Amino acid sequence: MMRLPSFQYRAPPTIADAASWLAENPSETMLLAGGTDLLPNMKRRQQTPGTIIGLRGIRELREIHNGKGLTIGSAVTLTDLISDRRVHDSYRGLFQAAAQVATPHLRNMGTIGGNLCLDTRCTYYDQTYDWRKAIGFCMKKDGATCWVATSSPKCLAVSSTDTAPMLQALGATVTLVSSRGARELPVAQLFANDGMRYLTRQPDEILTAITLPPNDGWRSSYKKLRRRGSFDFPVAAAAVAAKFDGPDIVDVRIVLGAVASRPLESEAAASVLRGKRPTEELISEAAAAAGDIAKPMDNTDFELVWRKMMVRTLVRDALHDVCGR
Amino acid sequence: MTATDRSLRQVGRPRRRVDARAKVTGQTRFADDIMLPRTLHCRLLRSTEPHARIVNIDTSRASAGDGVHLVLTGETFPIAYGILPVSHDEHALCRDKVRFVGDPVAAVIARDEAAAEAACRLIDVTYEPLRTFASPADSLAHGEPRIHEYGDFGNVHKAVSLQFGDVDSAIEAADHVFDDVFFFEGNTHLPLEQHATVALKDPDGKLVVYSSTQTPHYLHRALAKALAIPAAHIRVIATPNGGGFGGKSDPFNHEIVVAKAALLLDRPIKICLTREEVFLCHRGRHPVLMRFRTGVNNDGRITGLDLQTLLDGGAYGSYGAASTFYTGALQTVTYQIPRYRFRGCRVFTNKPPCGPKRGHGTPQSRFGQEVQLDKIAEHLKVDPAEFRLRIVAPPDSLTANYMRVRTIGLAECIQRVVDRSGWKEKFRKLPLGRGVGLACSSYLSGAGLPINWNDLPHSGVQLKLDRSGGITVFCGATEIGQGSDDVLVSMVAEVLGVDPFDVRAVTGDTDLTPVDLGSYSSRVTLMMGNAAIQAAERAREILAAAVSGRLEVPVERLVFADRRVFDSERPEHGVTFQEAVCIAEARVGTIGTTGSYTPPKSAGHYKGGGVGPTPTYSYTAAVVEVEVDPETGWIAVPRVWIAHDIGRALNPALARGQVEGSVYMGIGEALMEEQVFRRLPPRLSNALVHKFPSMLEYKSPTSLDMPEIFTDLIEHPDPEGPFGAKEVGQGPLLPIMPAVANAVFDAVGVRVDQIPVTPEKILRALKAKAAGKPARVGPDTFPEIPWPEPLLVTPPQEGGDGRASNEPPKRSTRKADAGVEASAGVRT
Repeated sequence: MMRLPSFQYRAPPTIADAASWLAENPSETMLLAGGTDLLPNMKRRQQTPGTIIGLRGIRELREIHNGKGLTIGSAVTLTDLISDRRVHDSYRGLFQAAAQVATPHLRNMGTIGGNLCLDTRCTYYDQTYDWRKAIGFCMKKDGATCWVATSSPKCLAVSSTDTAPMLQALGATVTLVSSRGARELPVAQLFANDGMRYLTRQPDEILTAITLPPNDGWRSSYKKLRRRGSFDFPVAAAAVAAKFDGPDIVDVRIVLGAVASRPLESEAAASVLRGKRPTEELISEAAAAAGDIAKPMDNTDFELVWRKMMVRTLVRDALHDVCGR
Repeated sequence: MTATDRSLRQVGRPRRRVDARAKVTGQTRFADDIMLPRTLHCRLLRSTEPHARIVNIDTSRASAGDGVHLVLTGETFPIAYGILPVSHDEHALCRDKVRFVGDPVAAVIARDEAAAEAACRLIDVTYEPLRTFASPADSLAHGEPRIHEYGDFGNVHKAVSLQFGDVDSAIEAADHVFDDVFFFEGNTHLPLEQHATVALKDPDGKLVVYSSTQTPHYLHRALAKALAIPAAHIRVIATPNGGGFGGKSDPFNHEIVVAKAALLLDRPIKICLTREEVFLCHRGRHPVLMRFRTGVNNDGRITGLDLQTLLDGGAYGSYGAASTFYTGALQTVTYQIPRYRFRGCRVFTNKPPCGPKRGHGTPQSRFGQEVQLDKIAEHLKVDPAEFRLRIVAPPDSLTANYMRVRTIGLAECIQRVVDRSGWKEKFRKLPLGRGVGLACSSYLSGAGLPINWNDLPHSGVQLKLDRSGGITVFCGATEIGQGSDDVLVSMVAEVLGVDPFDVRAVTGDTDLTPVDLGSYSSRVTLMMGNAAIQAAERAREILAAAVSGRLEVPVERLVFADRRVFDSERPEHGVTFQEAVCIAEARVGTIGTTGSYTPPKSAGHYKGGGVGPTPTYSYTAAVVEVEVDPETGWIAVPRVWIAHDIGRALNPALARGQVEGSVYMGIGEALMEEQVFRRLPPRLSNALVHKFPSMLEYKSPTSLDMPEIFTDLIEHPDPEGPFGAKEVGQGPLLPIMPAVANAVFDAVGVRVDQIPVTPEKILRALKAKAAGKPARVGPDTFPEIPWPEPLLVTPPQEGGDGRASNEPPKRSTRKADAGVEASAGVRT
C-alpha cells in the first residue's frame, strides 16, 4: 500500500500553543484538521511537511456559537456542521454545500476549515510521485510547466472546495490567528486566482473560525456538478445568496465553484437581478452572464466545453431554488 | 441413475454459500492477510518512460540503502513467459527496453515497505527514449521502431481474416445494406482487492507461492518456466480473490519476482500492489474500433455480415491473440447469419497491456451488433424485440463459423423482459427524455479448448470419504468471489445426499488439488461441476454396492438423501451416511474417487476456430430504461430488466448475484468507465500516462448509483451442464451497454455509437441533430488495414466440413502438452 512519509506530529492544547509552534518553522510545518485532503496528498508526496500540528484537540475550534450571526470553529466536522439546525434552517446553501462534500465517512473526519483551505486540484497534480515523474512534473510541484496549458505563466489547478463559494456568497468572514495576532477578512479575500498560491493565509497563520452574518432575509442555494452524486469533488458549482423584500431581490451574490483557481464571483450576473423582481428572462440573463466568466480547463472530470455550458444551468437552478421555483 | 433424472434437494434451492460466514466475519484470508515470521517486503521500480531502451541501471546506492536485503534487475530473469504460448513476450523485470509507463525495471526487497520504497528512489536508470505509440493509428502508420520483435508485421501484433461463404454477394444481394462504425473505449476490472503475493521456501526447500490469482495452474507453469525449476518443486496456492473479473488471470511479474527473491534469500517475501499498480497491470477491456456491414432483407432476415475490428492491445501480448478472435467469434450464435466474414487486427501501443475482462473480447462487438440491429429495426419499422425474435438462432445447430449452439433460451429471455418491463407500452411511447432500449447477448460456458494445447482434462476433482462420515473434495478451481467453492460442495452434496455444509472443499492448491484450468471463461461451474458429479457418482456406486449387501436391497432402489442411504420402497429401512461409509470402507478399504471433465471436440477445424467453441452457450436479454435531460445530456438509469438463460440455477441466490453484479459492471462501462491516457504535446515530451489511475478519478458507479434491477432466470436444463447448468458470470454483462445506447435513442432520438455514453456525447449529438446534421456521435471511418488473405471456410449449411480450403497444411504431429505449440485454438 502507499505509505505516509515520516513526520513529527504535535498536538497543541490551545490556539496560542498551535500558533507559537507553527511560528517556529512555518515553511516546514502544516496544519492538520480532518486529514482527508492532506494525508492522501502526503502519500503521493505532493506535500512532505517535517512537522504536522494537529488541531483536533483544541476544543474551541470544534464549537459553533451564536452571536451576531453564527461563528463556526474551523475544526468543526462537516457532519457536525450539517447536523446543526441553525445551519440547516438559516444558511440552507451552506448546508447543501457541506452535505455534498465527499461521502459520509469523509465528512465524519473532514472539517469546514479543511474544506476552505482544500488544496487546489488538477489531474496532472493529484498523482503519485512516479506518475508525476513520468510527465516531468508540473509547475505546482517539482516541475516548471503547467501541462494544462503549456504557455500559462501560472498554475491552473482548480479550486475544488464546496463550502468556499457558498460562504463567499453568504458574505462570511474568516479569522486568522498567528503568534503576531489575529485578523478577520472576508472569505472572498482569503483566495487568490493562482493554483499554487491560492490562499492569502500567511504560512504562520491558523484559520480558526468562520463567521456568518445574521440571516436577515437572505436565502441561499448551492448546485454542484459531479459525476456521481454519492462521492465526487465539484467540477462546476453555483453558490447563490439573495436577500428578498417580498418578491423582489434586494441584493444578491453569485459565486462559481471549480471553474478557476479560486471561487469566482460574478458581479455582472448579480447586477442583472439586484433590485429587480426576478423573471425567467432575468434569471436566464444572469445565468448567461455568470457562465461567461467561467473558464474551465481540461484538468478535471468531464469535458471542459460541456462544463462551461453547465455553469449556466447550475446558476439558473440555484436562482430558481432561492426564488422558490 | 444419472445426475439429472432424480429429485433434487440442494440444486435449485437458494442457499447461504458455504464461504459466506468466513467472508462476513472477516475470517477469509486474502493474500495480503498472510503474515509469516521473518517476512521481507518487495516494491517494484517501474518505468517512467513509455518506450525506451534501458542504457544502464545503477543499483549501488539502493543496495546500500537502510534495511535493504536485495535489489534485482532484469539480469536475474533471462527467461520470457506469458499466458499464451504464442506470446511469451514478458520478463519479470525488463531487460533491454521498457514498453509502457509502469513496466517494472527493478525490485527492492527490504525490511518493510517504506524501506523498499525509499530504496527504489535510489536506483538510477538511464533510458534512451524511443518513439511513443499512443494509439492504433500511430502503430498502423509507423512500423518502426517495433515495440516487439515478433508479431505479424511492424507494430501489428495480430491480423486475422476468416471468411465463411461468399459474404460479399450475400450482402450485395440484400434489400438493405447497413454499414456502421462503432467504438468501445477500454476499461479495467477494478477488483476491490489489489493483487498480493507471498512467496517462501517450505521446509523441504521447495517454493511455495500464495497469490491472488484466478489461474494457479498457469502461474505454476509460468513459475516453472521463468525460474527454470521443476514444476513438481513449486506449490502455488490461490488465496480467495477479492474479485478478479479477468484481471488476475495472467501470470504477473510481481509473482515471479517475489518467488525468485524467496529462493535467493530463503525468507518469506511479500508484495501488495498499490491501486495505481493494479491499473498498470491492467489486462482489461481492449479499446475496439469496429465496422459492421450487414445485409438485411425486407423480411428482417440477415443475409450476411462483414465485421472488421481494430484492437488497441497495449504493450504486451497477454491474452490478446485470443481476444482478437473473440471480437469476431460470437456474432453468429445469437442470430441466424448464414454468411460471415471476420477480420480482426490487434496492434501494440505503449500502454498497459489489455487482456481479458468479463466477457473477454466479446462485449465490444456485441455492442456494435446490438446497436446496429436497433438501427435496422428502426429503418425497417419493426419492433426491435419482434425483429430479434424472428432471427434467433435455432437450437442444436452449427453456425456459419462452426460454433455449436445447444439449448438456446434467447427467445424466452426476450419475451420475458418485454413482458416484465412493459416494453410495448413504453417503446417509442414515453415522453421526450425517457426511453427504453433492448439488447441481447450470449457467452461461453467455458472455452472449448485449453490455453496450452493438449488432450488432458480441463478440470479434475478428487473425493475423500472417511469413517467420520466427512467428505473432503479437492479441486484446483479458484474461489474469486463467484461462489465456485459453493458449486463444488453442492454438487457433491446433491449426489451423496448430504448437506453442503457437511462437505469440506480444498481448492486452488497445486500440491493438494487436481488441476482445474482456472476461474476464467465462465468455465468453472460447468467443467468443475461435471467433474465433481463424476467423482461423487463413483463414490456413490462404491457406497451403494456395500449398503445394498448389508440391507439386502438392490442397488437401483437405494436413495441417498437427508444424510441417509435407504430403500426407496421402505424409507425407514436404511443406514446413516456415516454408517454407509463405514460399511463400504470395511468392505473395499479407504474410499477415494476422482472425476474429470474434457469438453466435446469443436466442429471447426480452421486456424482460429478454436476460439469461441464451448460445451454450451448462455443467453441473455435486457431492457434498460433511461432518463435523459435534453437540455444538458445528463443521463440516469432508473431501471433494468434482465432475463438470463442459465440452463439451471444451482444456487439461485448466487446466480442472481452474478446477474446483478454484471448489470452493475455493465452500467459502469456504459456510462462512465474509461481506461484512458494522457499524451503530452509530442514537441515537448514523450510522456504517455494513465489519465487517472485511482478509484476517485477512474469513475465507476457506487451502490447509490445503481438502478433497480428485475432479474429473471430462465431454466431449461442443458444436457451439457451439471444438472443442466450453464454460465452466469459474464453473459449478463453484455447486453447492458448496447441497451443503454438504444434507450438513449428512444429517449431523445440520437445515436451514441461509442462507449461510454456520457452527457457530453449525448448533448453533442443533440446539437448536431438540432443543426440538421446526422443525430449521432461516434467514429466515422475505419482505417485501411493490409488484411491477410482470408481463410475460406464453407459454412455447414453450404456443405462445408469445417476446414479452410486454402489453409496451409498443418504440422502432422502434435506433442501432448508441449506448451509451446499453440494456444486457445489460436493455432499459428
